[in-house]
Amino acid sequence: MSDKQTSGDMLLKIRNLSAETGGVRILKGINLELRAGEVHVIMGPNGSGKSTLSQVLAGRDSYQVSADEFSFAGHDLRGMSPEERAREGIFLAFQYPVEIPGVSTVNLLKESLNAIRKHRGEQPMDAMDFLTMVKKKIKLVDMSEEFLYRSVNEAFSGGEKKRSEILQMAVLEPCLAILDETDSGLDVDALRLLADGVNRLRGPGRSFLVITHYQRLLEYIEPDHVHILAGGRIAKSGGRELALEIEREGFAAYERGADAKKAGSSRAG
Amino acid sequence: MSTVIDRSQADFHRLAGFLPGHQTPWIADLRARALARFAEQGYPTPREEAWKYTDLAPLAGKHFQPLATRDEVVARVAIDDYVLDPQWPRLVFIDGYHVPALSMLPAGVSLAPLAEVLAQSPDTIKPLFTASDEARGFAALNTAFMSDGLCLRLTPNVVLEQPIHFIHIAHGGARPAASYLRHLVLAGRGSRATLIEHYVGEGADAKAGALTSTMTQCVLEEGAALEHYQLNEQGLSVYHFSSVHVHQSRGSRYVSHNVQAGARIARSDLHAVLAEPGAQCVMNGLYFGRGRQIVDNCTFIDHQAPHCSSRQIYRGVLDGESRGVFNGHVMVRQDAQHTDAQQMNSNLLLSDDAEADARPQLTINADDVKCSHGATVGQLNEDALFYLRARGVAAERARAMLVQAFAADIVSHMSAERVRMHLDALIAARLGR
Ligand SMILES: Nc1ncnc2c1ncn2[C@@H]1O[C@H](COP(=O)(O)OP(=O)(O)O)[C@@H](O)[C@H]1O
Ligand SMILES: [Mg+2]
Repeated sequence: MSDKQTSGDMLLKIRNLSAETGGVRILKGINLELRAGEVHVIMGPNGSGKSTLSQVLAGRDSYQVSADEFSFAGHDLRGMSPEERAREGIFLAFQYPVEIPGVSTVNLLKESLNAIRKHRGEQPMDAMDFLTMVKKKIKLVDMSEEFLYRSVNEAFSGGEKKRSEILQMAVLEPCLAILDETDSGLDVDALRLLADGVNRLRGPGRSFLVITHYQRLLEYIEPDHVHILAGGRIAKSGGRELALEIEREGFAAYERGADAKKAGSSRAG
Repeated sequence: MSTVIDRSQADFHRLAGFLPGHQTPWIADLRARALARFAEQGYPTPREEAWKYTDLAPLAGKHFQPLATRDEVVARVAIDDYVLDPQWPRLVFIDGYHVPALSMLPAGVSLAPLAEVLAQSPDTIKPLFTASDEARGFAALNTAFMSDGLCLRLTPNVVLEQPIHFIHIAHGGARPAASYLRHLVLAGRGSRATLIEHYVGEGADAKAGALTSTMTQCVLEEGAALEHYQLNEQGLSVYHFSSVHVHQSRGSRYVSHNVQAGARIARSDLHAVLAEPGAQCVMNGLYFGRGRQIVDNCTFIDHQAPHCSSRQIYRGVLDGESRGVFNGHVMVRQDAQHTDAQQMNSNLLLSDDAEADARPQLTINADDVKCSHGATVGQLNEDALFYLRARGVAAERARAMLVQAFAADIVSHMSAERVRMHLDALIAARLGR
């Protein structure tokens, strides 16, 4: 495409995005623009729609989506299946990765990488090269190779599931990685691994949408923009200082301000 | 109503003078008595407990004729698609008759086409036919018309390193053909072998179809071990009826891998008698239905002696308007103390119109036993599907991966790697719509 030095190309453009499921409107007019190379952080109270946004971006079809614009790298996302989006470079690290008994992690990675390569017109990766590469990357997330041969996420601890998501991101090298609370439940060491994974990938061609509850991750990952999502809308956008403000004062101001949903939305655990 | 019976009688009169063993009085009598028993009732009906899920009415109007001699068989059929491993000894049959030109018999093993044994040395196998003298329905029809099959006799302690691959092709030639196959496996003390029964072919054409009836009798002497595959991949216009009887002596081990992936109606009966202490019986079943297929599995595990174990896992994958039946009965008789019996049936429905009928049954007449059974019916996990797709895997491929994973509980227990690969490919091809 255009000049690789600038991180200016528009990658993700969302205007007035709404999403509903089962007659409940969850996203209520989201506006968000993300340029190549940028790191955006989304914070927000529980139940504000963060995971819904991430699933809608990845193409989950259980939501009815409407928008004035919803595009990624110039493609209208609305006509694209989840696999097409993934092949174009969208990666979602799930908040709750699903267990898939009988499908090994190494098998998933191979299927996935080769599908993406095929889409780019590349040959499938040589089996030995693939294994060497995966084994190098699993070291980066500090997991033993034995996990490669276990079923995807099956009987993994919470932390292991998160590491496995980071591993997949490292192997697939997406253009846009959406990290849905990947930092939740991680200890400080694992948090560093996550940040290293992000910072290693970070560059002119790669962008991140980091959903988090905690500003502590931002001690390791320097964001370009911070957004507060409340009641299905972006209530406020700013820089790093916005995260610090949330850390000090919580979301109370936004929860009151947002159109009151059902009671019970509280801070994360 | 009686037309099936009339036609069978007419066929019998036409063929009786050609069928193998016809010169031997006891064989001719055995066949005639079997036909008479069939003629009392004809095909089984849903009124019979064991057939309550499968109505054979669609069969009533069809006339599948057995071929009179092997000369009628069309010998030119490409078998490359069916050969799982070119190194394996194989016996290839078409429409009920052995085709020597396509076979590759192993050296140093007593393995022969049954027709040959019936013609040349029938008295060596006579005792094995006493049970056939009571059977009704398809078993009776099979005894009346059995044309050929495989006769494997393992001498004590012989170990066959390679599986024996039996391939039957429903070909049909000019008209809808019926094949009646009979296999005998006598595993002597301490012998070990693997037998793969493989059923393929479309019949004369998709409209005419074909009927394949096959019966296998396995006798395992003390300490013998048999791994027995049955792979049914016949065309969607074929009617497939298979039944296996196993008799197990002390410390023997019988492992069945039963895969039903073909035929308009596929019926598989499996009956194992654990007659002496220490016998082990494993029954793995995997069945696939699509279109309007019916797959009916009927099993009976008869624990007659103490300290025996049985493990049964049947898994079904049902698409379209297909129907899968698991009708499995485990019987623990009074003397069978310390029986360890487990039975499980799970089904995956890939469409709203598919149906699974699960009927696991356990009858326990001994008091010191460990038994369990259960059944489940479910659908593909949408979250898992989305997860795979979100990683770039195409929807059809993701579905195939999940079905392969579901089937892996059966497939992974198969020791023949070529069969495992074959089944993974079969699933991938099925779901790559
Ligand atoms: N499939 C669904 N059906 C009904 N309501 C849903 C569904 N998914 C999410 N919601 C609701 O939408 C709101 C936003 O959920 P979610 O996006 O998971 O929030 P967050 O990730 O910010 O905690 C919550 O009130 C949740 O209960
Ligand atoms: Mg969430």
